[in-house]
Amino acid sequence: MLIYLAVLPLFMLLLGSFQMEVAPREFVTTLKNYQNAYASQYTYSTFKNSVIFASGSAGLSFLFGTVLAWLVERTNTPLRVVFIPIAVVPLILPGVLESIAWIFLLSPKFGYINVALMSLFGLESAPFNVFSLPGMIWVHSVGQVPLAFLMMVAAFKSMDPALEESAMMSGANTPQTLRRITLRLLMPTSASVLLILFVRTLESFETPALIGIPARIYVYTSEIYLAFNEYPPDYGRGAALAVGLLILSAVGVWLYTRSTREGKRFQTVTGKAFRPRQFDLGPWRWVGFGFLMVYFLIVVLLPFLVMLWASFLPFFATPNLDALQKLSFENYQYLFGFRPFWDAMKNSIILAFMSASAAMVLTSLIAWIVYKSRLPGSWMLDFLAFVPITVPGIVLGMALILLYVAFPIPIYGTIWVLLIAYVTRYIPYGMRTASGAILQIHSELEEAAAASGASWWETFKRVTLPLLRPGIVAGWIYIFIVSFREFSTSVLLATGESRVLSILLFTMFEQGQVTVVAAIGILMILTLLTIVAVFYKLSGRVGIQT
Amino acid sequence: MIEVKALVKTFADRSSDRVRAVDHVSFKAEDGRFYTLLGPSGCGKTTTLRCIAGLEKPDSGEIEVAGIKVYSSSNGAFVPAYRRPIGMVFQSYAIWPHMTVFENVAFPLRVGKQRLSGAEVRKKVCHALEQVELGQLEERMATQLSGGQQQRLALARALVREPQVLLLDEPLSNLDAKLRERMRVELRELQRRLRITTLYVTHDQIEALSMSNVIAVMSAGVIVQEGSPREIYMHPKTQFVAQFIGSTNQLAGRMRGLQGEGACQVETDVGKLSCGMAKDIPVGSEVVVVVRPENVILHTGKPSGVENVVEGKVATVMFLGEYLDCTIELGRNVVRTHQPHSLQLRRGDAVWVELPSSGCLALSAEELPIAGGIQPDTSDTKNPRLQPD
Repeated sequence: MLIYLAVLPLFMLLLGSFQMEVAPREFVTTLKNYQNAYASQYTYSTFKNSVIFASGSAGLSFLFGTVLAWLVERTNTPLRVVFIPIAVVPLILPGVLESIAWIFLLSPKFGYINVALMSLFGLESAPFNVFSLPGMIWVHSVGQVPLAFLMMVAAFKSMDPALEESAMMSGANTPQTLRRITLRLLMPTSASVLLILFVRTLESFETPALIGIPARIYVYTSEIYLAFNEYPPDYGRGAALAVGLLILSAVGVWLYTRSTREGKRFQTVTGKAFRPRQFDLGPWRWVGFGFLMVYFLIVVLLPFLVMLWASFLPFFATPNLDALQKLSFENYQYLFGFRPFWDAMKNSIILAFMSASAAMVLTSLIAWIVYKSRLPGSWMLDFLAFVPITVPGIVLGMALILLYVAFPIPIYGTIWVLLIAYVTRYIPYGMRTASGAILQIHSELEEAAAASGASWWETFKRVTLPLLRPGIVAGWIYIFIVSFREFSTSVLLATGESRVLSILLFTMFEQGQVTVVAAIGILMILTLLTIVAVFYKLSGRVGIQT
Repeated sequence: MIEVKALVKTFADRSSDRVRAVDHVSFKAEDGRFYTLLGPSGCGKTTTLRCIAGLEKPDSGEIEVAGIKVYSSSNGAFVPAYRRPIGMVFQSYAIWPHMTVFENVAFPLRVGKQRLSGAEVRKKVCHALEQVELGQLEERMATQLSGGQQQRLALARALVREPQVLLLDEPLSNLDAKLRERMRVELRELQRRLRITTLYVTHDQIEALSMSNVIAVMSAGVIVQEGSPREIYMHPKTQFVAQFIGSTNQLAGRMRGLQGEGACQVETDVGKLSCGMAKDIPVGSEVVVVVRPENVILHTGKPSGVENVVEGKVATVMFLGEYLDCTIELGRNVVRTHQPHSLQLRRGDAVWVELPSSGCLALSAEELPIAGGIQPDTSDTKNPRLQPD
């Protein structure tokens, strides 16, 4: 099963990258694809753009995430407790919408921020241009800050305060302690967080598609996409590029797993729960508070507001009294009778439901086999379940096309191929929550059931499963959210009737129906929030009360 | 009744060769007895217990529980854990956190073959909970109980099915010292009242000595000595047993000659000593003489007409409330002794140490990790001066 999901597509991809269609349905094995992909005049610029985009985004989101995490977790900045849930909210905003919102804000022609600054200071040209490499970095970074924030909060939380207290006792003041102890101890974690942010940026396609392509700034993911969308599509070159990206991200992931393993030697992160000490910032805490507020207003609130505003406009316009009078529900009324919207909505919901459920059932079983059954070779399963994490979404899409275009069962072009893609992509995430939950169950709890006369199935049903439930629910919700907003795999696989919301957004935005797109975005966010809230409520009622 | 014959269980080592955790262990726990497997960690006692429970599959041997062959390598019989007539208490108690106290205890009645009516389940659960004095807490969540209460709950759950045998895997090791002492008494009383065959696994000699009918001391996968607590304490057969049970003074020496039935003379650093002897040891071989601290007698003046007297110097005196814990230097050796606190002793005082021949036992010297004059006290709170009965 895992081999089918994780390995077969990659094999097809590799195969495809060495084949070339010389005549219809006639293939030859060749290295020409690699030559086309890597020896062109664009090779260097694509590589350069990719690296700058990925490292810039990783650095910027890491910086934001770390400062926020530190302020919230380790200082006496006012209102920091309220901030933790707020900082995570943008996770719900799909990457496509994030990019669109920032185009609304920073476009050199009509971006609100640019227009506002120009009229305020009497500037002649727009101060910001989102259609640039720095623009791409900014947009992608703010979308990734919640991830960096959560990882750094975890790192700060698990640090033994005694290490800092003993520095204080040795006569170090706050900045000295921070610089010489806290930051040093965080080095291994920081390295791995940076690495994961780098890889994720490299694999992302939302910003490169919506901002990069119009701006003619191409990275690997957009090159792969374009190889497919040019006429005639060059599958071979696409596959060759995909293999390159795959290798790049696999190296990143390998370094990441290595660095986290090394990190354990530092022993700052033990299983113990600490109450970390808080730095007293004195009057500086208001600076921290200001930072939190500015971040909240600009990065969290502004994209939502601009989206909401645009969704009520008949066509895109700067906010002034004139526009105020034109506000209406026209876009929403239009969508109400717009078949493709309802089809896409239905597809997205069904897919998110099915992929979250399938992935969690599958990973719970795998995790159980890997950690409890002691079957020989179970580590292989663990490894196979980890493989998809190295596969960028667009590469997986590419691989699945090569696999299913000529598949005997006609699932290409249906939502089933998307289901397969989503389940494959999110198995590693499901695996992480499921194995975490399973490792927490002391094996004696299951043995006690056996010693009480319960058979294997009764033990699993009445002891193991109920104890696993909180972990499985958390994993389910996460996979539901990410499937619902999935873009980079769907962009190659979704066609016509299998179109999902994020793809509908993309195509309609390209067609220029920007205010309708804003309305779709708002409805998308509302749907996601509702479903997650309902499921959370339902599972909370039957969960463990401790 | 539990009968184990030539049980072998190996585990894969990292370096692909297999480690024998249990190496041809055989014993028999009679009906209604409290049988204890005692030994240091890694000696194979828990593995033996888990084989009997059916949680591990042995490599070879035979296991019979209450007249049923639950495992036999000769005909390949293996009864799975949930079909064996056992109740088990785990070291971590393994209380299910998602169930109430009542549900935890009711679980064994609700699974398995015979199904009981709701009223019957309730009656049995209440009875089991009363046995362990948890009568009023049925509706609590199990996680709200204290450590001692969780321990009793685990016991109630093990007993509710009225199993033929009760298996206890270091059940007291997670409790604090005071509670442990109390649970020792309670557990023993409960076992005697119910007359249930009990197999108890522990590394704590006091638990073993105070609760058991029979103790089997295990080391490196084999049973080195089996006997009543008194036998094990008073007549250890090997240096390992002497050292592991209670605290012991050990004096290295060489066998000089036999002195009639079960008695001998040993040449040691501190002179010739007359000793008892469990089994014949060839003359000239290396031996150790073991003496319990409570058997050592101190004289402030040189006594006359007694054998085994050595002159020494007081090295340390510790006041422990119940008694004085003294160490006496005998040349290069150090001997530890317990004395009444009425005795006025000071560091550096000259004393005469009498090692009564009835309290000295000569044993063949073994290679053991801990050597030297005094064996560090392995007991935690109470000193092993405590003697059975």
